[in-house]
Order: sequence, then C-alpha cells, then structure tokens
Amino acid sequence: MKIETSSSVQEQNKVWSILETVADPEVPVLTITDLGIVRDVKINDDQVEVIITPTYTGCPAMDMIAMNIKLALIENGYNNIKITSVLSPAWTTDWMSEAGKQKLKEYGIAPPNPRQQVCNNDLFAAAEAVQCPHCNSHHTHRISEFGSTACKALYQCDDCKEPFDYFKCH
Amino acid sequence: MRSALIDYTLHLADTTLILSQRNSEWCGHGPILEQDIAITNISLDLLGQARNFYQYTATLMGGEATEDSLAYLRKEREFKNLLLVEQPNGDWGQTILRQYLYSQFQYLLFNKMKDADDEQLAAIATKALKETTYHVRWSSEWVIRLGDGTDESHNRMIKAVNELWSYTGEMFVPAVYETIVDIRELKNSWEEKVNAILSEATLTVPEKTFMQSGGKEGKHTEQLGYILTELQYMQRTYPGAQW
Repeated sequence: MKIETSSSVQEQNKVWSILETVADPEVPVLTITDLGIVRDVKINDDQVEVIITPTYTGCPAMDMIAMNIKLALIENGYNNIKITSVLSPAWTTDWMSEAGKQKLKEYGIAPPNPRQQVCNNDLFAAAEAVQCPHCNSHHTHRISEFGSTACKALYQCDDCKEPFDYFKCH
Repeated sequence: MRSALIDYTLHLADTTLILSQRNSEWCGHGPILEQDIAITNISLDLLGQARNFYQYTATLMGGEATEDSLAYLRKEREFKNLLLVEQPNGDWGQTILRQYLYSQFQYLLFNKMKDADDEQLAAIATKALKETTYHVRWSSEWVIRLGDGTDESHNRMIKAVNELWSYTGEMFVPAVYETIVDIRELKNSWEEKVNAILSEATLTVPEKTFMQSGGKEGKHTEQLGYILTELQYMQRTYPGAQW
C-alpha cells in the first residue's frame, strides 16, 4: 500500500514537472504553473487528469492551453489524458508564483500588485501605484482599464515616458 | 417537462450573448483606440459568461444540445434575452448608457447569485463578478464624463436616456422560470445607484414611463431578428462548419 502511494506521488510530481514546461499562449514568458492555472493533477489507474481554471471568464486561450497540455503529456508517453476545467474557486493573481512575477517584469509587463490594493471601486479613483517595469519608477498613470488581453491594463510611466502593460490584480 | 432552471440559464446566456454581439459591432470603430479595446474586452467577458451559461444549459438538457447548437440554431422567439441588450448601438453615448444600465443590474444580480444553492450558477457568478466590477466602473465613468461634458455630449446622453429607459423596467419583473434570485429585491438598490450616477452626470431620470416587456418570454423588438441573421449566418448557411 505504502509503495503504491509513493509511486503515485512520484507520478504526480513527474506530471507537474511536465506542466511546468507548458507556456501560456498569450504571455509566452510565463508557464501555466507560474500563472496558477493548474489546480490539481490526479492519477486514476492509467489515466492522468489535469484540472485547470480560466484566468478570466472569456479567456480565449483556454482551448489552446488544454491542447498544449495534452501534446506535452503525449510527448512524454502518456496516452490516457483528461483535462477538466473548473470555475470554483475563482482564479486570482495571488496564485501567480514569485518566479512568474519576476519573469513578467523582465519581459516588460508590470506584475500584479497584492490584491488588497484594488478592492476599491470608487469612480475616477487614483489609480494604484504601479511600478514601471523599465525604470522602476512608481510615478505612473493608467491610460486604460483594458489592455491587449483581458488580464492586462494600459499604463504609462511619467518619468521614462514608456507605455507598458500592467497585469491587473484580480 | 422542461425545468425552470433550463429556461433561466438560457435567459442568462442569451442576455450576455446578445449584449456581447452588440458591443462587438464596435470592433475597429471605437472613438479612440483604448476605448475600442475596452468595449471589445467587455464583449469578450460577456461572451465568456454566455459560454458558461450555455454549457451548463446543455448539460441540464442532455441529448445533443451543445453550447453551439443553443447559440446558433435557435429561432428569435426562442431567445429569452432582455430587450435592453438588443437595442441598437446608436452613438457611443447610447452604447455606454446601455452597458451601464445593464452592468449595474448584473452586478447586483451576480452578487446574490454567488450565494445560490445551485453550485454551478454560484461558481459562474463569483467568477464573473470580478469582471462585472470593472464594467460598472468603466461605464459609470463614461456616463458621467459624457453627461457632464460638452453641450453636444450632454444632449446626446439625454437622447440616449430617452431611447433606453423604457427597456429597463423588464429587468425587475420576474418571469415564471426566474426563481433563483428574487430580482424584485434588487430594484431599489439599482434605482439608487443609477439615480446617483445620472445625477452626477447632470442627467434626469424620466418619471413614470411606460415600460416595455416580453423579452424574457421570447417576444422581441424588431432588432433581434437582424442580430441573429448576422450571428447565425455561417451555421445556417453551412451547417456544422468548423474552422
């Protein structure tokens, strides 16, 4: 019994390490595990079940992510693969890994601030202090609540004048 | 017998799909690039919600129903969306006001639905509420900016209020299948919020207006037929087409 359990844990770890190589199609510098999209991995007999959750309700990348997970697992010798998408609990940027945030910044996208800073719904409220990923200044302003993908907003740095994407807290 | 839950999830799905389709007509035509991106992002959020509701409906119906067959192969009289969301885009002001009036309602609705006994509806609402919060903020700001803006924008917003107001009453009159959330309870909060925003926008809420109804029962304005003609064109012309 014990041996079986530990081999199942080993198998799970192996699947997780494969999932760590699958990139997000829209922000390719991040993997799906950096983003916190993968919620669980289950081994049922010879079947591998990967449980994923969308970042945003309308995220058009989900079908492609599911396909890329399948391809990565097939390449590593798995044949019986099940992808399950769940909505609850709802995804939050708090699930993004620290490594992921660092990679975003290096890529030129400001990583999400901790969530408690955005829980304010006041109109025309001063935009939260978002750090410019280029010159590190906090002297920036929001151009638009909506950016190039559902998960980003548009900002501009008042010091270096560079416009940049901000991965919104969610 | 068909369950009330199926009709209700269809009503939620149809309303979000049709508003998404309307907003998407702005793609490439927005007044400035950032706002073109904003309205189409909102469109995408609404489409995601519609997919979640259709997928759930398809599971409840069983058989051969899929999210695609429900969106692409039902007729006008089978659609249960609110009349408000099928109204034409008009100018930017009218589109913004329609979005605001609906988002404010949706925010209150999902806030209740997130505690529903039905786990799937609760999960969809909890997830969507985060996005709806952005929609309310963005559209309120625009209503204020345009209402309290130039003479031209102010007059256009007055026209938009007059065009759309008679379609708002229907939101708070429950259909027979609408039992998950008591929407009558949302009316006061909605009016309070909308009055506050419109008054900040220096606009007046019309007094006692005749309110249109029928959308929830499949009786639509002439607009919906044109929307579906465009939306369903591909599947009607080339059944089963995929790409």
